[in-house]
Amino acid sequence: MSTATLTGEAPADTPAARRRPLRPARVVLHLFLGTVAVGWLFPILWAVLTSLRSYEYTASNGYVSLGGWTFDNYLTAWRTAEFGKHFLNSLYITVPAVLLTLFLASCVAFVIARFSWKLNIALLGLFTAANLLPQQALLIPLFRMFTQIPLPAWMSDSELLYDSYWGLILVNVAFQCGFCVFVLSNYMKALPHELYEAAMVDGASVWRQYWQVTMPLCRPALAALATLEVTWIYNEFFWATVLMRTGDKFPVTSSLNNLRGEFFTDNNLVSAGSVLVAIPTLVIFFLLQKQFVRGLTLGASKG
Amino acid sequence: MSDLPLIQADRAVPPPAATTTTRGRGRRLRLLSRTDRVVITLMVLVPLLLVVGLVWLPAAATVLLSGTDWDGIGSLGEIDWVGLRNYDDVVNIYPPFVPAVQNNLLWLAALFVVATPFGMFLAVLLDKELRGSRFYQTALYLPVVLSLALIGFVWQLIYSRDQGLLNAVLGGQTDWYGDPHVNIWAVLVAAGWRHVGYIMLLYLAGLKGVDPSLREAAAVDGSSEISTFFRVVFPVMRPINIIVLVVTVIESLRAFDLVWVVNKGRNGLELLSALVTQNVVGEASRIGFGSALATIMLVVSLVFITLYLFTVMREDRR
Amino acid sequence: MSRPRTEAEYLARLVPPSVAGLNRRSLLAGAAGAGALLGTGLLAGCGDSDSDSGAGSKVVSVGSNQSDPKPKDVTAKVMDGFKTSSGITVNINTVDHNTFQENINNYLQGKPDDVFTWFAGYRMRFFAGKGLAGDASDVWSKLSGYSDAFKKASTGDDGKQYFVPASYYPWAVFYRKSVWQQHGYQVPKTLDDLNTLGTQMKKDGLIPIAFGDKDGWPAMGTFDILNLRINGYQFHIDLMAGKEAWTSDKVKKVFDTWAGLLPLHQPDALGRTWQEAAQSLQQKKSGMYLLGLFVGQQFNNDEQDDLDFFTFPEVDSTIGAKALDAPIDGYMMARKPKSEANAKKLLEYLGSKDAANITVKNDPSTLVANTSADTSGYTALQKKAAELVGSATEIAQFLDRDTRPDFASTVMIPAIQQFIKDPKDISGLLTSIENQKKSIFTS
Repeated sequence: MSTATLTGEAPADTPAARRRPLRPARVVLHLFLGTVAVGWLFPILWAVLTSLRSYEYTASNGYVSLGGWTFDNYLTAWRTAEFGKHFLNSLYITVPAVLLTLFLASCVAFVIARFSWKLNIALLGLFTAANLLPQQALLIPLFRMFTQIPLPAWMSDSELLYDSYWGLILVNVAFQCGFCVFVLSNYMKALPHELYEAAMVDGASVWRQYWQVTMPLCRPALAALATLEVTWIYNEFFWATVLMRTGDKFPVTSSLNNLRGEFFTDNNLVSAGSVLVAIPTLVIFFLLQKQFVRGLTLGASKG
Repeated sequence: MSDLPLIQADRAVPPPAATTTTRGRGRRLRLLSRTDRVVITLMVLVPLLLVVGLVWLPAAATVLLSGTDWDGIGSLGEIDWVGLRNYDDVVNIYPPFVPAVQNNLLWLAALFVVATPFGMFLAVLLDKELRGSRFYQTALYLPVVLSLALIGFVWQLIYSRDQGLLNAVLGGQTDWYGDPHVNIWAVLVAAGWRHVGYIMLLYLAGLKGVDPSLREAAAVDGSSEISTFFRVVFPVMRPINIIVLVVTVIESLRAFDLVWVVNKGRNGLELLSALVTQNVVGEASRIGFGSALATIMLVVSLVFITLYLFTVMREDRR
Repeated sequence: MSRPRTEAEYLARLVPPSVAGLNRRSLLAGAAGAGALLGTGLLAGCGDSDSDSGAGSKVVSVGSNQSDPKPKDVTAKVMDGFKTSSGITVNINTVDHNTFQENINNYLQGKPDDVFTWFAGYRMRFFAGKGLAGDASDVWSKLSGYSDAFKKASTGDDGKQYFVPASYYPWAVFYRKSVWQQHGYQVPKTLDDLNTLGTQMKKDGLIPIAFGDKDGWPAMGTFDILNLRINGYQFHIDLMAGKEAWTSDKVKKVFDTWAGLLPLHQPDALGRTWQEAAQSLQQKKSGMYLLGLFVGQQFNNDEQDDLDFFTFPEVDSTIGAKALDAPIDGYMMARKPKSEANAKKLLEYLGSKDAANITVKNDPSTLVANTSADTSGYTALQKKAAELVGSATEIAQFLDRDTRPDFASTVMIPAIQQFIKDPKDISGLLTSIENQKKSIFTS
C-alpha cells in the first residue's frame, strides 16, 4: 500500500479541522478520489454512449467515432426481449429469495454467535464452504433431483420443482445462505454479550432475543447484505436457464440473451438492454445505501 | 479510550472477556426452556436441510460421478465406473488443465496483492466525512451491480484489437483478448475493476462501525493518521479483515464470468470453473470428466475453508 | 407420480437418479448419508412426461430456438398456417438460441415440448439412438419435395427418420463484387490460384482473407473445407466419427496446407469475433471471407447486392470441389409427446411446401429445404446458394454437428486455437487431439 502512505498522509487532520472547507490536503483527496471515480465510471459511460448509437453507423465507422445517435436501441430492446413480462418474473424470484436468505441466514448466524457449541465450527464451515462450491459442477445432480420432486399444480404449472419459481428461489437461497451466515455470524459475535444477559433477566425467550435484540442491531449488516444479495440474485441467470424450460418464465437477465442473435449480435442493442436491466439494481442500491448509512449513524450516535 | 461505549465499536472482544462469556454461555444453555430448544433447533435445522439437500448432496453426487464416464443422458444402468481414469486424463492428456491452475493462482495473487488492498484503501479514504462521498461510493460500486452482458461488452469496447479504445488511443496493434500472453492481464484489470468496489463496500461497512473515540484518543496521543490506522483501527477491524480475505479467496477460486464472456475460458484464459462449465454444462456433457475437475476445485476450496476454520478455532480456544 | 408412502421413500426421491441408479451400488456404500437413501429403486425412470395423455386434444407445443426477431416472427406465421389448416393450436415456447442449444440434454430429459427445433447431423442421430426423440418415419412417408441427401441427413443410425428439415445455409468464400471489379480479380479454381490471388491482394493493400475465431467455432469451417478438399467427404465423416486417427498423414496435410494459407489470413484472429472480421470485408479492407451465408447479416441493406461468393477451390483434382458444409435446421419430435397424433400432423405440415412458402415469403435470409417450394422470391445470392448446395455431391453439417459435441467443444476448439496461435508444432497438437479423442470416443 505504497499509495496509502502517500495520500493517506494528506488528510491527517483532527475532527475539528474537518469543518474547514478548503484545506489543500482535502483538495488532493478529492482530486484523487475524483480521478478514480471517473476512471471507474468511464467504461460504463462509454457503453451507455454506445447504446445510444446505431449499429450501422458504428459498424462502418468503428466505435471510436462520433455520430449515429439514436434512441431506437432502447425501444427495440424493450420490445424484442419483452422486458415488461420478464421484469416481473425477476421480481417473483428476487424478492422472496433475498428475504428468505437473510432470514434463514440470520437464524443460523444467531445460534452460532449466541451459543457456543462444539458443533458451531462445523456448522459455520458447512455453510461457508457451500458458498465456495462451483455451482456449475452441481448442475446435473440438482437437475435430476428437481425433475423428481413433485409440486402441486397450484404452485407450479409444471407440477415439478423443475421449471418452477419455487425451485429457483430455493436454489438461490441455498447458495447464498453461506455467505450471509458467514458475514452475519461475524457481526453478531462482536455484539456485546451483556445485551443478552439483560434480556435474560427480563425473561426474554430465545426467539425474542433474536428478533428484538440482535436483529435490530444487525441492520447495517443486513442492509449491506441485502444490497449485495439483490444484485447477485437478480443478476443470476445460470440457474434460471438450466432449471427452467419455459422461455416465458425466464427472469430478465436471462431474457437479455434474446437480444443476441443466433449468429449476428447487435452489440449496441445488447448494451441498451443491459442498461435497462441494470436500472432496478441501481435503484435498490440507492435506496439501501441510504438505509445503510442511517443504520450506521444510529449505531454510532448512541455512543 | 472508553472501553465498550458502543455497540459496533468492540468487534474485537478482548480475549479475557471472551473466555468468561464462553463459559457463561455453556452454562446457560442447560437453563433453556423447552420452547427455546425447539426454536433453536428449527432455526438451525431448516436452513441446514436446505443447504445440505441442495448443495452438499449434489456435491457428494458430483464426487461420485467423477469416477464414472457418464454422459448425462438416460438411465443409470448405462453408467460405468471407470475408477480414477478421469483424474488421470485431467492431469495427463488435457492441455488446458495446467494453465487453468496457474491462472487461478495468478488471479488470487492479483486480487490479493492489488485489488483487495486498493479497495480497502479507498474505503479508508471514503470513511472520512467527505462531501460527495456517496458519489464516489456509487461510482466504485457500479461495476458490481452491472450484468454480465454489459460488462463483457464494456471491455470488448476497450480491448477490441481493431475497434477498441485502447489501441486507438495508444496507436498500437496489441491483440488484447487474443494474445494468450496478454489477455489474462487484460481480464485481470477488468476483474480488479469489479473487485475493488465490492471490497470497498464491505470494508466501508466495517469502518463505519469503528468507534470514533478510538481514533480521537490516538490522535490526542499524537500518533499520525497512518499509524493510528495500523495500530488501532486495523486490529479492531479483524473480523472484517477476515471476511475480506475469505471473499478474495472465494472470488478468485470461483472467478468465472469475465473469462466466460470474453472467450468461454479458452486460449490463455483457462480457469478451473470455466473448464468445469465447458465439460458439464451445455452440449458437451462430459459429466464424469467435468465432475473430476469439479472435485479438484472442491478439494482446493476445502483446503482454504479448513485453514480458515482452523484459525477461528484456535482463536476461540485462546 | 404417486405420493411417497414412507419417509424413506420420500428421501429416496431426493437422491438424484444419477446417483441412485448408478450401476454399481457398492460404489455408493461409503457415501455419507447416501447409502440409507437408496432403499427403493423407484427412480430408475426420470422425467415422466407422459402423465397426462392429450389424445383428442387440440393443442400441440413447440420448443423453438428461433429467438431472433425475424425467424421468430416467421415461426409464428408458419404455426398460424398450421392452425388454419388443421384447427390445432400451437403453443410456442421460445428460448434463446444459445441457451436452447446448451441445455438440450436436460431439456429432452425433463419435460420437452411435443415438437422442438434441432439440427441434422451426429447429435440428432445420437438423441435418436438414446431414445430421446420420437420416430417420424410415418411422417416421412407423407412428405414430398426432399432430395435423398436431405432424407439421409434426417435418418438415424437405425434407418428410421427422426428429423424434418426446414432450412439450411452453405459455407462459402464471400467477397464484395465492387472490390473485385475494381482490382480485376478472378474467382480462384485451385489452391494455387487462391495463393496467387492472395498475394496480389496483399500487394493491393488488402487483407486477403478475413478471419476471426474468438468464439472458437468459426475456424472449424476452415478445417472442414480443407479436409473435404484434401481427403474427401468419407474420410472427413469417418474422422469426425472417431474412426480415423488424427495423427495420420492425411490430417497432417490438412494442417500443413492451412499453415501455408495462414499468412493470407487476417492476423491475431483469436481476439476477433466473426462480426468484426466481417466488418473488415464490409469496409473493403479485406478481400474475401470463408463463412456461412449469415455473413450477409453484417451488411447494410443497400450492400446486399454487392455480396457474392464462390465455393472453396479445389486442392486435389482427384477429390474435386463438390463437397461442402451446409448445416440443416429443422424439427424433431419428443420421445413421448402429449399427443403423438398432433405432433406428427405438425411435423408433416412443417415439412410441407405450404410451410416452406410461408418461410420464403417472410424471411429472405434462409434457404428452405423443400425443393417443391416456390422460390421465385429468392434474391440472386439465395438462388446461387441454393444452386451451389443442389450441385454438391456430399453435404457435411459442420464440425460441431458432425462429431460428438464434447469432442468438438472441449478438444477441437482449444486445439484449433492452439494451431492458429502456433502453427509450427502440428504433430504435437495432433498427438494431443488423438489422445483426447481416444479417451472420449471409447467412453
